[in-house]
Amino acid sequence: MKSHPLLRLLDRDSTLFLVLLGAFAIAIPVLNLLMPDGSFLHISTYFVSLFGKYVCYGLLALSIDLIWGYVGILSLGHGAFFALGGYAMGMYLMRQIGTRGVYANPILPDFMVFLNYSELPVFWYGFNSFAYAALMVLLVPGLLAFVFGWFAFRSRVTGVYLSIITQAMTYALLLAFFRNNFGFGGNNGLTDFKDILGFNIQSDGTRNALLVISCLMLGLCFLLSRAIVTSKFGMVLVAIRDAESRTRFLGYRVEAYKLFVFTLSACMAGIAGALYVPQVGIINPGEFAPANSIEAVIWVAVGGRGTLTGAVLGAFVVNYAKTFFTSGFLAPYWLFMLGGLFIGTTLLMPRGIIGTYNAWRAGRNEVLEENAKSAALEDGSAPSAPPRAAE
Amino acid sequence: MTATIPETIAETSAAPAPLRKKIDRQTTSALLYLDGISVSFDGFKALNELSFIIEPGEMRAIIGPNGAGKTTMMDCITGKTRPDSGDVFYQAGTIDLSLLDETEIASLGIGRKFQKPTVFEMHTVEDNLLLALKNDRSVRSALFWKSSADQEKRIDQVLDTTRLKGVRTRVAGGLSHGQKQWLEIGMLLAQEPKLLLVDEPVAGMTDVETMQTAELLKEINQTKTVVVVEHDMAFVRELGVKVTCLHEGSVLAEGSIDQVSTDDRVVEVYLGR
Repeated sequence: MKSHPLLRLLDRDSTLFLVLLGAFAIAIPVLNLLMPDGSFLHISTYFVSLFGKYVCYGLLALSIDLIWGYVGILSLGHGAFFALGGYAMGMYLMRQIGTRGVYANPILPDFMVFLNYSELPVFWYGFNSFAYAALMVLLVPGLLAFVFGWFAFRSRVTGVYLSIITQAMTYALLLAFFRNNFGFGGNNGLTDFKDILGFNIQSDGTRNALLVISCLMLGLCFLLSRAIVTSKFGMVLVAIRDAESRTRFLGYRVEAYKLFVFTLSACMAGIAGALYVPQVGIINPGEFAPANSIEAVIWVAVGGRGTLTGAVLGAFVVNYAKTFFTSGFLAPYWLFMLGGLFIGTTLLMPRGIIGTYNAWRAGRNEVLEENAKSAALEDGSAPSAPPRAAE
Repeated sequence: MTATIPETIAETSAAPAPLRKKIDRQTTSALLYLDGISVSFDGFKALNELSFIIEPGEMRAIIGPNGAGKTTMMDCITGKTRPDSGDVFYQAGTIDLSLLDETEIASLGIGRKFQKPTVFEMHTVEDNLLLALKNDRSVRSALFWKSSADQEKRIDQVLDTTRLKGVRTRVAGGLSHGQKQWLEIGMLLAQEPKLLLVDEPVAGMTDVETMQTAELLKEINQTKTVVVVEHDMAFVRELGVKVTCLHEGSVLAEGSIDQVSTDDRVVEVYLGR
């Protein structure tokens, strides 16, 4: 009765998504590096970094959809995990600058010299190693999510209350990171990066490589998310979303399920942030702003929650619109448009782009099926099939 | 006031005398033993020193007017509400349920059907049963779960018992009210509990469905202990089991349906003259 797990994992939409993502990851570098400058097919390096940024946003949206779309945990503070991953990467990049900084201190990053630090704070130790930094990219957001989730889910904080405390969490981190004596560069954040793993961060090759790596990570995280939501674990998640106490009475430890998926989602957001920072060249406390997290939730809503592919699509669509509109005469009105978009989606298209499409397709298939059935009945070839209306 | 109510009950109740005595938790053979549980919500006493015993293999019908504490009693047994005082003993007094949470209680083999049918609307009928099937509930086993012929067979059995085979792959949200009630009973069965708590299983059902449900519960009772809360007296009569009537959070009367339904107090507060 059940199809093979791999078939469930890679249904039509997922395969299409991965193919498109792969094509995107190949096409952009090809068009940037191989097409001559004047050709109309040429894509400038600015766009490579821009698209790379979108891919990171797509991964952030995916991580939000995993918890919002499937378990109903509306995190309005997911930007915090994104920013923490970004800071972990930023710290690595800062320590790679070495003597090339303005103050040419081999150990201390410029801002520490400027703020009269005499030695490197303990929590900056180890960030000269990429492997350590990569571990922290996963560990710091993951640990915060685990501790936060452990308290929140055990105390059965749900719904709007949980959303509010996630907002409080990201806002608290925003305030902390703004402080100069917190040791992360205060309101200037971390910037002026030189190279990553020995490659010049400004070069076209590195920028294209970062885009491809971002696409790769997005693809991997997508596959992981699909594997989770199509497993029995995923069925339990949806059960929790739709009838939490029923799931408890069936003997499932709801908080353990939530905690697992919340922590995983935070790690994904951390990866997204870590890939984002080298591509935009800066990380500052502004990334912790509650508005950023809310915006990310809007991407998911626009694309269609509970679909995974929709979240990524939403991130691309909304961010492209943002780039487009904020660069023209409409720039002052962008926030109104964003707000309007959210209201419009909620009122007119609550299922989002992909969700609406899926519903339309399912509806059409049902009509086709009914037609086929009634045709068969008229033929008299299926007299045993009972009419559905009787139920 | 709290002191007077048990006395009046003792005088008028049809319940057997031993019930009023405190039973030593070590010597009881009862599957479920509610020992003087009280619950109050903002001063309103939903349960007032409620005590009764369910023997292993028994089927018991619980009746009583609205607000008598039937659902609160279920909540106390399943861990949704913690009693203010008193104990809920399970399995011959070896386990005190009032110290455990919903998940732990469910894993001890106590299954519950809610008053309002609650099935997982977005899942298909068979997936609902799959989620309910008795097996390891840990995160890890759910992540690496694979369907097996054995589980499919169990699901088939439950679908047969609950007559839901024809709607197996339908989404549960699209079922009729009666079918949802049955699906929820099916989910209970799939859990393979020792004790089933069934809250108003025939609410909103047609007469035929009601009688079929009575048959189904009797069938289930051959292997499991069942506690049914129900308003429908025809249904309770059809079950033909011992009846406990609750009123204002305590036992008002207990005995066969004929004894209870002719009890003056029951007639007065519940059945009406």
